[in-house]
Amino acid sequence: MMSDMRGTRELQTPVISIQGVKKIYQTGETQVFALRGVDLTVRPGELVAIMGHSGSGKSTIMNILGCLDVPTEGTYLLDGTRVEGLDRNALADVRNQKLGFVFQGFNLLARTSAIDNVELPLLYDRTGKKRDTRALAKRALERVGLGDRLAHQPSELSGGQQQRVAIARALVTEPRLLLADEPTGNLDSRTSVEVMALFQELNDQGITILIVTHEPDIAQYATRIVEVRDGRIIRDQPVVERRIAADDLLHLDSDNLEAAAASAGSGAPAVAA
Amino acid sequence: MTQKTLLKLASQSILKNKMRTLLTMLGIVIGVAAVIVMVAVGHGAQARIQDSISSLGTNLIMITPGATQQGGVSQGAGTFNRLTVDDAEKVKREATTLAAVSPVITTRAQVIGGSGNWRTMINGVSPDYLTIRDWNVASGALFTDLDVRSMRKVAVLGATVAKNLFGGADAVGAQIQIGHVPFTVIGVLDAKGQNAMGNDQDDVILMPYTTAQARLSGQTRLGQILASTYSQDDIPAAQDEIRGIMRESHRLGDSMDDDFTIRNQTDIAQAATSATSVMTWLLAAIASVSLVVGGIGIMNIMLVSVTERTREIGIRMAIGARGSDVLTQFLVESVVMSILGGIVGLATGIGGAMLLGHITGWSTATPLSAVALAVGFSAAVGVFFGYYPARKAAALNPIQALRYE
Repeated sequence: MMSDMRGTRELQTPVISIQGVKKIYQTGETQVFALRGVDLTVRPGELVAIMGHSGSGKSTIMNILGCLDVPTEGTYLLDGTRVEGLDRNALADVRNQKLGFVFQGFNLLARTSAIDNVELPLLYDRTGKKRDTRALAKRALERVGLGDRLAHQPSELSGGQQQRVAIARALVTEPRLLLADEPTGNLDSRTSVEVMALFQELNDQGITILIVTHEPDIAQYATRIVEVRDGRIIRDQPVVERRIAADDLLHLDSDNLEAAAASAGSGAPAVAA
Repeated sequence: MTQKTLLKLASQSILKNKMRTLLTMLGIVIGVAAVIVMVAVGHGAQARIQDSISSLGTNLIMITPGATQQGGVSQGAGTFNRLTVDDAEKVKREATTLAAVSPVITTRAQVIGGSGNWRTMINGVSPDYLTIRDWNVASGALFTDLDVRSMRKVAVLGATVAKNLFGGADAVGAQIQIGHVPFTVIGVLDAKGQNAMGNDQDDVILMPYTTAQARLSGQTRLGQILASTYSQDDIPAAQDEIRGIMRESHRLGDSMDDDFTIRNQTDIAQAATSATSVMTWLLAAIASVSLVVGGIGIMNIMLVSVTERTREIGIRMAIGARGSDVLTQFLVESVVMSILGGIVGLATGIGGAMLLGHITGWSTATPLSAVALAVGFSAAVGVFFGYYPARKAAALNPIQALRYE
C-alpha cells in the first residue's frame, strides 16, 4: 500500500525541492558553513520530521525553507516556483501565500483575541482573493477545535490551546506547506501528543507538514525522518514503526483511569517523557 | 491592507498602552494648545487695534507735510512745511470725491476755567472735522462756517477737558481762558476713548482754525489736512485727485517730488497691525517649540515601541507582512497619536483662550488659519518624528526579530 501511494506521488510537483543548498555566514574574518550542500525533496501529503542537535543546521534549513532566509548557493523550488533571487517583498508574499508557520513559543500577538491573531495573515494578503477574512479565521479556529474560544486572548488560553491558535493562523491561508519549528518544545508530554494528533489529522486531510524537532518521540509521529548533522543530511528514511497520536491519547487516558482505579499508583505512567 | 485595517491596527496598539499613549499625546496637546492660545491672544489684540484705528474716522485721508529737496539734498519729512490753509481750501473747492475737508492746526496751551486749570491740546479745525472723525457733540453745538470766517473765540471741549475743568457740571456757555485769551464754550464732545497709540482722544479742545491761527499759534502752516471720502471705494481715486490739486497748488514741476504725504486709514492700520502681527507670530513660533518637543516625545516612544515589539514585527513579517506594511503600521500609529493630540490640544487651546479672555478681559479670537495650521502641523510632526522609528521597524530582519527576547 505504501508503495502504491508513492507511485502516485512521484507524478505530482514536489512541494519542496532544494538542490545543493549551501549557507555560509560571514562573521568577521571567518566563514561559518551552516549548510554544506543539502538536497531535499518533499512531496505533497508528506509529514516530514527534520531532526538534529543544536548547531546541526536544522534551523538554517528551516529558515531557508520558510523563505525567511536565502541560500548562499543552490536552488530552491517551492511548489514549482523558484525562490532564490527573490527580493524581500516577493519573499514576504511567498510566505503569505504558500507557507504557514508554527513556532516553538507560539508567537501569538499578546492582548489580541484568538480570532484577530488568526485573521492577521489574511490582512497581509495582496491577491485580493481572501474576502471574508473574519469567516475564514473563524472556520480555521473551528478546524483546530477552538470554535468556542474566538474572543479569548492568549493569556487566557493554555499552552496547548495557544499552539492550536497558532496552527489555525498557519492554516487560515490554505498554504502549500506547514512549517513547524519545535512545535512541542514548550508543551508538556500529554499536550505534545495532542498537538501531534492535530498535525496527523491535518496531514490525513492532505496538508504537507514539515516539523523541526530534536525529540525522537515526536519524530516517530512523522511519515519520514530527515536527520541533519554538521550542515549535511546524514539520514533520510521513512518511519518504520509510525506512532499514531490519537491511539497514544487513548492509552494515556486508559492508563490514567487504571492509575486512578489502583489509587496511589502502583503502575507508573507508560508514556516516555 | 485596507486603510480601515490600518486604522484598526493602529488604534488597537494605541489602546493597548493607554497610559503611555496619553502621556505621549500630552506633549502634542500642550504644544498645540500653546500655539492656539498665543495666536488667539495676538489676534484679539490685533482686532482691538483695528477697532481703535477705525475710531479715527471713516474713510479718512490724511495729508501731512512731506520731504522736500534743497539743492538736491533730501530733507526729512516735515522739515519744510508748506501746507497752508489755501491748500485745504483749494482741495475742498476742487475735489469731487471728498465729502469733507478740514485743515488742522495743533498747538498746546494752558486752559483755565470752571473750577480748575488743565494743559491740553488745541486743534484749530473747520466744522467738517467732526464729520471726518465720525464724532458728535454731546451737548451744545459745534461752531459754524460763519464762526470760522469771523474768527469767533468759541471752543468745543473734549470729554476729558470738560471733566477736568467743570467736573460733572454743564460747561456749555461757560467762559474759559485758553493761553490768556477768553473763549466761550459752546459744546462738549462725545467721549471717544483711547486711540491705537494709547493716547486719550478726548483730551482736546476744538476751535475754528482761523481763531487758533490768529490768537494762539501764530503760525500760517498747518500740521495736517484731514479729509474723508463718501465711501471706502473712493479712497484711491480721492488720493490721486488730492495729489493733483496739491501739486498744482504748490506749483511742482514734473521732475519734482511731492512735498507732502497722503496716507489713508488703511495705511495707518497696516502699520499698526503689522507690528502686532509680527508679535503674534513670534509668540506662536515660541509656542511651537513645545510642539517640536512633543514630537520628539512621540519619536522616543515609537523607538521604544519598536524595540519592545520586535518579536511582533518578526511574527508579522513571517506571516507575510512586507517592510512597507510594517512601516505604514507604525507611521499610522504615530500620526493617529499626534492628530488625536492635536485635536485635544485644539479644544484645550480654544477653551484656554476663552478662559484667559474671560479672566483678563482681553479680547481673544482664534482664526481658522491657526486651527488648520495647528492640526496640520501636529500631523506633520507625527509623520516627521514617526518616520525614523517606522523605518527602523521595517528594516528588521525577520529571523533576528523572531529570536528577539
